Amino acid sequence: MSATIPITPVMAKGVHATRPSRSAAFEYLTTKKDELVGWGRKFSIFPYPFVTACCAMEFMAVSSTPYDTDRFGAALPRFSPRQSDLLMVVGTITHKQAPILLKVYEQMCEPKWVMAFGACATSGGFYQNYATLLGIDRIMPVDVYVPGCPPRPETVIDGIMQLQDRIARQRHPIVNDAF
Amino acid sequence: MRDTVLASLRDDFADTAKASIDRGALLLAVDPQEVIATATRLRRDYGFDLLLDVTAVDWPGRPLRFDVVWHFYSTTQRVRARMTTAVAEASPDVATLTGLYGSAGFMERECHDMYGIRFAGNADLRPILLYEGFVGHPLRKDYAKEHEQPLVPYRDER
Repeated sequence: MSATIPITPVMAKGVHATRPSRSAAFEYLTTKKDELVGWGRKFSIFPYPFVTACCAMEFMAVSSTPYDTDRFGAALPRFSPRQSDLLMVVGTITHKQAPILLKVYEQMCEPKWVMAFGACATSGGFYQNYATLLGIDRIMPVDVYVPGCPPRPETVIDGIMQLQDRIARQRHPIVNDAF
Repeated sequence: MRDTVLASLRDDFADTAKASIDRGALLLAVDPQEVIATATRLRRDYGFDLLLDVTAVDWPGRPLRFDVVWHFYSTTQRVRARMTTAVAEASPDVATLTGLYGSAGFMERECHDMYGIRFAGNADLRPILLYEGFVGHPLRKDYAKEHEQPLVPYRDER
């Protein structure tokens, strides 16, 4: 070949970036199944707001723009318990209401978590009378209690973050004893 | 203006009831058998077209233990009237006002829930705020305040 061809390899700029490279990072990721699933689940909490009383105002405040629970992946309320993971019990639960709340809880699919939002759902608050259930943990397991009458939005966000930590730490069996 | 209306009402009702003016309202203490007649008079002749409340007061230890209380308001004259009658615990019976005021139905149901007053003629005295199976009347003074009647068994009892 008489023609002089430059032998210096000339690569178009950017070829390395588009071509799959064996040396690139994150080709493989090693983790534990529980950590991966927990990481996914903690940022996709679908709350079911079971709203019965004045704490609802604070729930609206914490859901909307200035505080924005969407930052924690927990903004979109599902109005069917069958589509939701987190039962937020917002307000006073009476003995007359308790069977309805329990039915809603039982309709939720696993995995599910419960937040007692405010003093009344936590402990009955300042009520002690014929009508009021003194804390929803008398009829169902509760994962996180948010104190306050009503709670500050920061308190609720702290509760959501604590719940996220709990979800990230806990086991996520593919098949559990309820399934 | 209101005081002159109230004074003339008090004088008009002095024949059938113990009438007085109390805290800016006409107060009529009547016998239980006079309830319908007095309420009819208030409604038909004096324009008390709004029944605001039906409730009761528990006086433990008194021979006639309960006062049943009705609150009326006249939207034309803008005055209030309160009618009370005393009944015994053994027979807490008064006549219903559902024939005069439609709103009496729910309020009498609530009063029946809370105090056990029986409104003769009210065909529907099912629980309205309480639930089926609730025993007792929670606003009576002898109902213990911490007494609960849960519908769902508690977790530690299951």
